[in-house]
Amino acid sequence: MSVVEAVTHGHTEEHEHHEPSFWRKYIFTEDHKGISKQFLITGIFWAVIGITLSVLFRIQLGFPEADLTWLKPILGGWITDTGKLDPEFFLALVTMHGTIMVFFVLTAGLSGTFSNFLIPLQVGARDMASGFMNMLSFWFFFVAGLLMLISLFISTGPASGGWVIYPPLSALPQAMSGSGLGMTLWLVSMFLFIISQLLGGINYITTIINLRTRGMTFSRLPLTIWSFLITAILGLISFPVLLSAALLLIFDRSFGTSFFLSEIYIGGEALSNVGGSPILFQHLFWFLGHPEVYIVILPALGITSEIIATNSRKPIFGYRAMIASMVGIGFLSFIVWAHHMFVTGMNPFLGSIFMFLTLIIAVPSAVKAFNYISTLWGGNLRFTPAMLFAIGMVSLFVSGGLTGIILGNSALDIQLHDTYFVVAHFHLVMGASAAFGLFSGVYHWFPKMYGKMMNNTLGQIHFWLTFIGLYMVFVPMHYVGIAGFPRRYYQFTSYDFTSIFSDMNTFITVAAIFTFAAQFLFLYNFFYSIFKGKKAPMNPWRSTTLEWTTDNPGHGNWKGEIPAVYRWPYDYSKPGAKEDFIPQTVPYSQTPESNFPSENEYIAEEKIIESQNYNDQFKTGH
Amino acid sequence: MEILLVLLVLVAVVLALVVLSRLSGVVKGLKPSEESYENPGRANSVNGWMFLIVMIIGGIAITWSYLHSTEFYLPEASSVHGRRTDDLFWFSMGILTIPFVLVNATLFVFAWKYRYKKGKRAVYYPENHRLELVWTAIPAIVMAILVLTGWKAWSDITSEAPEDAEVIEITGKQFGWIARYGGVDNNKLGNYDYRLIDAQNEVGIDFTDENSFDDFTNPSELHIPVNRPVLLKIRARDVLHSVFIPHMRVKMDAVPGMPTKFWFVADKTTEQMRAELGNPDFKYEIACTEVCGSGHFGMKMILVVEEEEEYQKWLASQQPFLKTYPEYLEKVPANLKAKAAKYVGETASAE
Repeated sequence: MSVVEAVTHGHTEEHEHHEPSFWRKYIFTEDHKGISKQFLITGIFWAVIGITLSVLFRIQLGFPEADLTWLKPILGGWITDTGKLDPEFFLALVTMHGTIMVFFVLTAGLSGTFSNFLIPLQVGARDMASGFMNMLSFWFFFVAGLLMLISLFISTGPASGGWVIYPPLSALPQAMSGSGLGMTLWLVSMFLFIISQLLGGINYITTIINLRTRGMTFSRLPLTIWSFLITAILGLISFPVLLSAALLLIFDRSFGTSFFLSEIYIGGEALSNVGGSPILFQHLFWFLGHPEVYIVILPALGITSEIIATNSRKPIFGYRAMIASMVGIGFLSFIVWAHHMFVTGMNPFLGSIFMFLTLIIAVPSAVKAFNYISTLWGGNLRFTPAMLFAIGMVSLFVSGGLTGIILGNSALDIQLHDTYFVVAHFHLVMGASAAFGLFSGVYHWFPKMYGKMMNNTLGQIHFWLTFIGLYMVFVPMHYVGIAGFPRRYYQFTSYDFTSIFSDMNTFITVAAIFTFAAQFLFLYNFFYSIFKGKKAPMNPWRSTTLEWTTDNPGHGNWKGEIPAVYRWPYDYSKPGAKEDFIPQTVPYSQTPESNFPSENEYIAEEKIIESQNYNDQFKTGH
Repeated sequence: MEILLVLLVLVAVVLALVVLSRLSGVVKGLKPSEESYENPGRANSVNGWMFLIVMIIGGIAITWSYLHSTEFYLPEASSVHGRRTDDLFWFSMGILTIPFVLVNATLFVFAWKYRYKKGKRAVYYPENHRLELVWTAIPAIVMAILVLTGWKAWSDITSEAPEDAEVIEITGKQFGWIARYGGVDNNKLGNYDYRLIDAQNEVGIDFTDENSFDDFTNPSELHIPVNRPVLLKIRARDVLHSVFIPHMRVKMDAVPGMPTKFWFVADKTTEQMRAELGNPDFKYEIACTEVCGSGHFGMKMILVVEEEEEYQKWLASQQPFLKTYPEYLEKVPANLKAKAAKYVGETASAE
């Protein structure tokens, strides 16, 4: 039902207050909260698979001599008779790890969960603009995942040309077996995934712009919502470009076109394709691929901003600067893609331009880091697991971001491109940081999602083990990269220059297994608490935003009227106020003791705010 | 192995600390606890201290492991531009270490220092424009410096190769490299066409071009002269590859259908490097850094850097492709047959 319709026709919907059927409640639900849980659980499922794959190839890299016959029951033919991992399957593992983690876990799992859960609750809407599209978005994602999962089990193996699927390797089944059916499934799966992202993104943007409650101006939006808005816009602009690249690649693979293929001699024959350009694919891919990095990290930045402010009991420092830097990062993310391509043979002049633009991104990123730190300054910090993960996220983001300044420098990239230095860099700055954003968000909003509390102590232990573990994995990986070790190598025995550092690689593997093991603490805590957790109070973190003003909500989020909003979301520890937080729903007229002189003029606005009520989608919760 | 052990011990220490602090918390927790969000109690301050402990132990571990691994960093550079980018790399790393340490230290110390204390109220401090301006400007200036130095190096490295550069073609295939030289006589590479590739003519030399008559290929070694610019013309015949010569700081993708190039000056011969490193078995290696299939990790070619005379001697000792495979004389157009024939016959090298 559209908003306009509701207003012009004075539409009043009659609601029968009965429990929806099992199917409508848990499977084909249109409730944004249900959908967000579906995204979360599916994301967790994929994270377990994705990280397991990485442990498998880390075993190969850390213990190249090991006899892996014990994996035969699981991997079957991919373990050779001598107990070694098949080299092509190694590449399949690397490819699937990348694809799953980037798209299914950190894009769908993170953005899907929290955009869905928080947008209506924090802007004050009863649901997304279109619940049906939102449901479709999840099910497209689900089917995409299903296809990807199937591709893991086919006899020719899943796609294996790296998560960037550069043609001609990905276009020619003669080049590697994973480029056969596995690649087809990959492309179809991504096709559906992109549709899912677009359906979701349009919904997020529409809801944020159109369904804000009374008084919720843009300057009163929590930073989470700002980050989801920018993320959704980035996705909406960049995903179609990947779709077009995938489509052209499908044409090249199946219909004999030559968009990306030219002058190829393979398998004893010269192909007829001429005139195509593999570099064109890389341009198209990275036009999505780079914004994708920010699609992954921006929600994490938004979530942690919110959590750090709440648990420092302080307003976020530089609210406007935080928004400006996110907008800046979002804009710049579209004009830096070719820094992934400095040594592809692209015109070196372009390389200079992209180096310049890339290094500009360091500025808004630095501003964000400094603002986080200033928010901690003078605070009264509560180390909930969410807060710990948020602080950890800042550390990982900074540590990983700094090496990006080296890689963004085209002259230095010559040596470091496609080495473990790059792997270490992006795992810290986008992989681990975004994962920390995800953990942080789950620990923080779990009480609102499931009405139960997670175990604090387990969460804190989970944080320390993960945080220390990740640094133990990725700091040494930089060393290996500086020594020039190329990535996606099955083993390092062929070369003299990689004959060093074998204990370092063993160490990294041990640390990775250790970190992986620590995640079971989270899994246990998460699933146990859903069923057996302590009942959560309405506002356990004494937070100001709207989602904490509703208790264990059904569909529609608020019983009775949707709350109106009178102030920004960061009135923590305001001088003069009785409590150390003032919810957004408290009008200035009720808090004369803590109002700044300039704020008294907002009292006059309250009447105007109260007289509006355009955006209630179905009048009352049900 | 040593490094591994020490780091493992560090992990154990940290773990032990966590467990101990937890245990004491649990013991205290046997009494009915008053912990709540408003009054978070002991666990909160344990976590605050953890930040300080992890920072100190982590700082030591990172510094130590970093210094311990120095001997393996950036293999000895053997090209002119390589030493320049190495300097630039260490310069940038040096500068970036400052924010790495400062930001992480401030973050951790603040987390520890401002941990919850009973009865304290946080400071309401939402913005400070001057401060924000300062910390926007500082990174911007540092970036500008790094950009300029990097840009200068990049433009020099990617500029046109000098006229006197030795031109050598290198072609990537699944899974190996093939070098092609312009030949013993005219030193010019002949044309190629991918449709002419077959089991012998692996790079598709086009014998209708007279420049290709004396071309020769080598699938295992790339010889180059020292102290003279070398221009690599890079091709791929099946999928993407990437020429990576770690000691030369050379990396450039090989793209089917789009020739690429990279020029550099090697200034240490293989012999000199052997003496310098005290390793009589040292060899320069060429690797592939663009994933290209199951044999990606083993696409090795040996690079031999020699004195100019030795290089010339080596060139003269190579035999043209046409001599090795005289049957390709058929592909030479009639009017050029006589010219090509001299490379096939025994007399070829005498002229």
